[in-house]
Amino acid sequence: MEITANWYLILSAVLFSIGVVGLLIRRNPLVMFMCVELMLNAVNLSFVTFSNALNDVGGQVAVFFVLVVAAAEVVVGLAVIVAIMRRRPTATADDLSVLAG
Amino acid sequence: MNNLLHLSQSVLAQNEAIPQLPTPEIAWSAFIPLLILAVGGLLLLTFTSLMPAFAKSSWALTGYTVAVAIGTIVACIPLWNRVQRVCEAGEVCQAGAFSTAAGAWGVDGFSIFLTILMAASVALAALVMHDYLETEGLTGPEPYVLLMLSASGGVIMASANDLIVVFIGLEILSIAVYVLAGMHLLRLASQEAAVKYLVLGAFASAFFLYGISMVYGATGSTSLIDIQGFLATNVLTSNGTLLAGIAMLLIGFGFKIAAVPFHAWTPDVYQGAPSPVVAYMASGVKVAGFAGLMRVFLLAFTDYAADDWRPVMLVLAIATMAVGAVLAIVQTDVKRTLAYSSISHAGFIMVGVHAASDVGVSAALFYLAAYTFIVAGSFGVITLVGRKGDNLHALSDYHGLSRRRPMLAVVFTIFLLAQAGVPLTSGFFAKFYVIRAAVEGESYVLAIAAMITAVIGAFLYLRIIVAMFMSDPLDDHGEIDANLSDEEAAAARIELRDKVTAAEGPPIRIPTLAAVSIGLALLVTVAVGFLPGLVSGFANDALPQLVAAGS
Amino acid sequence: MVDIIVFVVSAAIILTGAIGVIAARNPVHSALMLVMTLFGVAVQFVAQEAHFLAAVQVIVYAGAIVILFLFVIMLLGVDKAEELDVGRLTAQRPMAFLAGAGVLASVLVSLLAGDESITGAREVGRAIIGGEDEADFRQIGRLLFTDYVLAFELTAILLTIAVVGAVMLARRVRGEAVDADTYLPEQARRRRIRETPVLLRTPVVETSDDMAEANSGGGE
Repeated sequence: MEITANWYLILSAVLFSIGVVGLLIRRNPLVMFMCVELMLNAVNLSFVTFSNALNDVGGQVAVFFVLVVAAAEVVVGLAVIVAIMRRRPTATADDLSVLAG
Repeated sequence: MNNLLHLSQSVLAQNEAIPQLPTPEIAWSAFIPLLILAVGGLLLLTFTSLMPAFAKSSWALTGYTVAVAIGTIVACIPLWNRVQRVCEAGEVCQAGAFSTAAGAWGVDGFSIFLTILMAASVALAALVMHDYLETEGLTGPEPYVLLMLSASGGVIMASANDLIVVFIGLEILSIAVYVLAGMHLLRLASQEAAVKYLVLGAFASAFFLYGISMVYGATGSTSLIDIQGFLATNVLTSNGTLLAGIAMLLIGFGFKIAAVPFHAWTPDVYQGAPSPVVAYMASGVKVAGFAGLMRVFLLAFTDYAADDWRPVMLVLAIATMAVGAVLAIVQTDVKRTLAYSSISHAGFIMVGVHAASDVGVSAALFYLAAYTFIVAGSFGVITLVGRKGDNLHALSDYHGLSRRRPMLAVVFTIFLLAQAGVPLTSGFFAKFYVIRAAVEGESYVLAIAAMITAVIGAFLYLRIIVAMFMSDPLDDHGEIDANLSDEEAAAARIELRDKVTAAEGPPIRIPTLAAVSIGLALLVTVAVGFLPGLVSGFANDALPQLVAAGS
Repeated sequence: MVDIIVFVVSAAIILTGAIGVIAARNPVHSALMLVMTLFGVAVQFVAQEAHFLAAVQVIVYAGAIVILFLFVIMLLGVDKAEELDVGRLTAQRPMAFLAGAGVLASVLVSLLAGDESITGAREVGRAIIGGEDEADFRQIGRLLFTDYVLAFELTAILLTIAVVGAVMLARRVRGEAVDADTYLPEQARRRRIRETPVLLRTPVVETSDDMAEANSGGGE
């Protein structure tokens, strides 16, 4: 048995789907952003796999741009979260009861 | 020591062995509009940090931004002339569409047309933003900088000949708009809109990237030129990867243009984001989304895969038009109503894209041009009616607008009629052209669906118009009893006035620059309504073309 | 044989980490699980001859992006980070799983429909050549400054936007909140809260007392 490109592609599809599910079921924006990172990593894996299979460096270069974009998105996303948290009062038991629902 | 010498010698030898990297030729003239817009934004950032006085003058900031936008439009004129020029026989001249930077940047009528639209939406939004930032106490040059940089992302999407460049453009456009949506730090709704937009935008970007990856796997390149060439010369043994890639790309663009079923973020984000930013989001961001969609789908995937994506586009277009129009009717918030109506408009533009013909493309471009001005003007009016705090957007806040601000009510009415597609406005011809394109493409189902939704859509605009002209807060608070004595009647009248004033909120101010913005939008809407040839001539010449670099 | 073991082990690491990210209640745990996934992906990069990218993956992702996450979590406080809530994007949990399964199924079907899912042209001009003469980073660098030079230069705009945006959003501002609920008269306020979609509601918007506290907190 040999590891073919399809193995990696299937793994990448599974990872992407886990990211999709996580982003849709979690309510915490921090974790949502982490799920986006999972999805982007799945994309990176598929890029590298295609690059390797096609014997073309272009796919590896694409991963670079994904890295840049991921970093930029995370920076802005975390800044918004910090801005929101500035406006919120400290956690109280009442808050948590609202969140439990 | 000896070793070190050896080492340095070997390094030198290696350096000599490395050949000069053959960097691609770059025709700088092709980048002038982009450079004016992007460098204009970066320069503003530099100026204002070196000269704080400049940053404090909101007039200077707005003036600068509008000047940059106008400069971009002016810089497009020579490029347009070059692209449209036809060389006479035997003459050696530069003419026609071309591409540069290793084929990654294409200049054709399409990209120039959309560059002009992006610049126009920046100017219109900046003029409305001026007074908004002032009253809300949001000082600083950053909103203007982000506005210009975001628009440069749209310009990149309109000219990109490479999926990676399209993606970078998409992110430049989007990330700046996420920040703009959340820029009002004293308004939780603004930041919540930003978080929601960001999470869903990042979600869509991931799909888009996955699509790029699959198309890359299926064709071996990310360049639109190579993809088209590959698909034209090869028969794929299995096209599953390619089709999945196209579907993912469609999802990514669908989020940006707010097509059903990827529209869920639109009403919430439009409602929460600052109104002048919404003016830009509804005009500029939508133009950019369609620019990327049309460029990728009509250039790379027409010959081979058009039969595969056109049926999907047909279903999406019908769903987008219908869901947008129907859900708009049940809203009680004017911003949400127009958010849904913007979804419906996206459906109409998709009708033009679906045709995938020259007629369809120019119809879609005409629609985008007309819509940019109509929607920027509409949200300009909404900004003014929202007043300080940007909160008064319920339908009831528009009651009696015709009495308080008759001009504003009339102008808003014209914009709404234009959105409904009433004759003598640009909106009429926009709808007419896309439906004609659908009929010529023999997509009768689509044409009929478009006509029906146009009628449904008319109701929702009429609802707002009726609220402005027919209902009045005075009526809501009852009549003065005719039997009262004079003194009692006078007292009752004062009481009534107080009640009405309390219900109406603070008076509506009409600042000069916002009036200029709305006036310009109105002028274009009406002028194009009388003389559609002003724009349709350009739209007909603005077809996307793929030209390999160096040819 | 070795490559099968490497694949299976790294795949297990990736998937365990991914499920950990979405299942962990504590965001710190999610971030650590994310590191695990990222590491597994780096291993797979190495297995596919992308040595340089594997290093970048560890340095940039695990070393910068996840650290940024942890920084923010610690800045907010773990308990506060844990209770952050913007509402779920889909109404029901089964819907989310359905969407995920749909994506997975469609991708798998399309990938495996034909015998060969990778149909692209094998490159000649920019082929990956193994060996010491032509390291992969050299090829990547060459491509960045030739075919992808435009995209490379344009990322400058992107990074500028990220910096400007982050500075703008993280700035402390003084002044009174102008949210719908504090600004409007009582009746309008109630109407608006009813109209606010569930997704946008946070505990703060529920009561005006909270809002007042938030303002005093924000003005510091």
